[in-house]
Amino acid sequence: MTELPIELRINGQVRHAQVEPRITLADFLRDTCRLTGTHLGCEHGVCGACTVLLDGAAVRACLVLAVQADGAEVTTIEGLAAPDGELSPVQAAFRDCHGLQCGFCTPGFVMSVTAFLRDHPKPTDPQIREALSGNLCRCTGYQGIVRAVHQAADAQPAREQT
Amino acid sequence: MKPSAFAYHRPGSVDEAIGLLHDLGDGAKVLAGGQSLIPMLALRLAVFDDLIDIGGIPELSGVQRRGDLLRVGATTTEAAVETDPDVLACCPLLARCTPYVGHFQIRNRGTVGGSIAHADPAAEYPAVALALDATLELASPSGTRTVGARDFFDGLWSTTMAADEMLVATSFPIWSGRCGFGFEEFARRHGDFAIAGAAVAVELDDDDRVRRAAIGLIGLGSTPERGTAAEAEAVGTRGGEIDAKALGALAMGGLSAVPTDLHGSAEFRLRIGATMVARAWTTAISEATGD
Repeated sequence: MTELPIELRINGQVRHAQVEPRITLADFLRDTCRLTGTHLGCEHGVCGACTVLLDGAAVRACLVLAVQADGAEVTTIEGLAAPDGELSPVQAAFRDCHGLQCGFCTPGFVMSVTAFLRDHPKPTDPQIREALSGNLCRCTGYQGIVRAVHQAADAQPAREQT
Repeated sequence: MKPSAFAYHRPGSVDEAIGLLHDLGDGAKVLAGGQSLIPMLALRLAVFDDLIDIGGIPELSGVQRRGDLLRVGATTTEAAVETDPDVLACCPLLARCTPYVGHFQIRNRGTVGGSIAHADPAAEYPAVALALDATLELASPSGTRTVGARDFFDGLWSTTMAADEMLVATSFPIWSGRCGFGFEEFARRHGDFAIAGAAVAVELDDDDRVRRAAIGLIGLGSTPERGTAAEAEAVGTRGGEIDAKALGALAMGGLSAVPTDLHGSAEFRLRIGATMVARAWTTAISEATGD
């Protein structure tokens, strides 16, 4: 099938590429851009492991075609930490609260939570649990993840004041 | 799995889209948010030669109040509907069912038109469209026609749209007066497809009698369904005199294609369905009476 040209900005860097229409954004990120932090679990929109930010909105990268992302701004897990490697508040909270074990689902959780806390800076516990319902984890039992979201949320006001 | 190969088209207008749909024939499919279509492509439940992405057509997105109708453009995202002030004010049922549509990541991409055109009997928007007697605007090279939701859904993932027709907008009637609304569904996990669910709208007259009742049923057939017998029973009766539980059971009458699968038997779904109707009814009536 004919490849189509796309241009998008990934973690701040502009990228031009030729892609087959059937290639999902997730495969494009992993295989073409070699940004393998975006993981693929189910590949049909259930597990949430491939979550990235598309123009700021958390989406399943396996349910977006790369051609649909033409002209968009994409943030992946590789784009969250500071240039010196300092973890983002959400990443740090996951580490502090044992919000991960094997780590396979973690990039998806972290991206989802990053968008969720931006839109809901003071979430209640039920809101957090509902927001996490779109990501599956088979190791942690979720309690550490819920704690991590609380910690990251509590860390936010301090950051906003600075 | 990965989707098989297809050609991709991104028209900039409705005319261009329906022109493509007509010219490319049966092997073409409209792609909106892709939250149902792309999984079906990935699982190879569906294979198309051409996808026509309508995501770049500005006129298809947005919510407008037009007289006593709320017109929702086909590519308006579920996330936009969830927070739209006109939707909240004019069509509470549409607003209230939205948090049940998938997860927030799905709602960021998924569209109202896509969900309705996909016609999954376990989905929220088709049932709400059916309950409220929404009208669907269909465009094709021979012009635009409107069809009632009652005449739109004709089977599992199947509608009465012709191959060269495209859903452009859905208009939901705005209920005014002493109205109340309820939406309930039961799923194993929040955001999963419901085992069963119910959307209820009710309007009372000044004497507290039910003037209008609409009951949409989710996951209880090969299409979204209406609890017709229960609606008829309720109309004319005082709200406080209606036994919600009995009404729920009555709403299950006449359902002939209740699915049985790994998630539950038809019998189980009917029991859940009756309970969902009873709960949604109770919410709607108490809202309408102002309790």
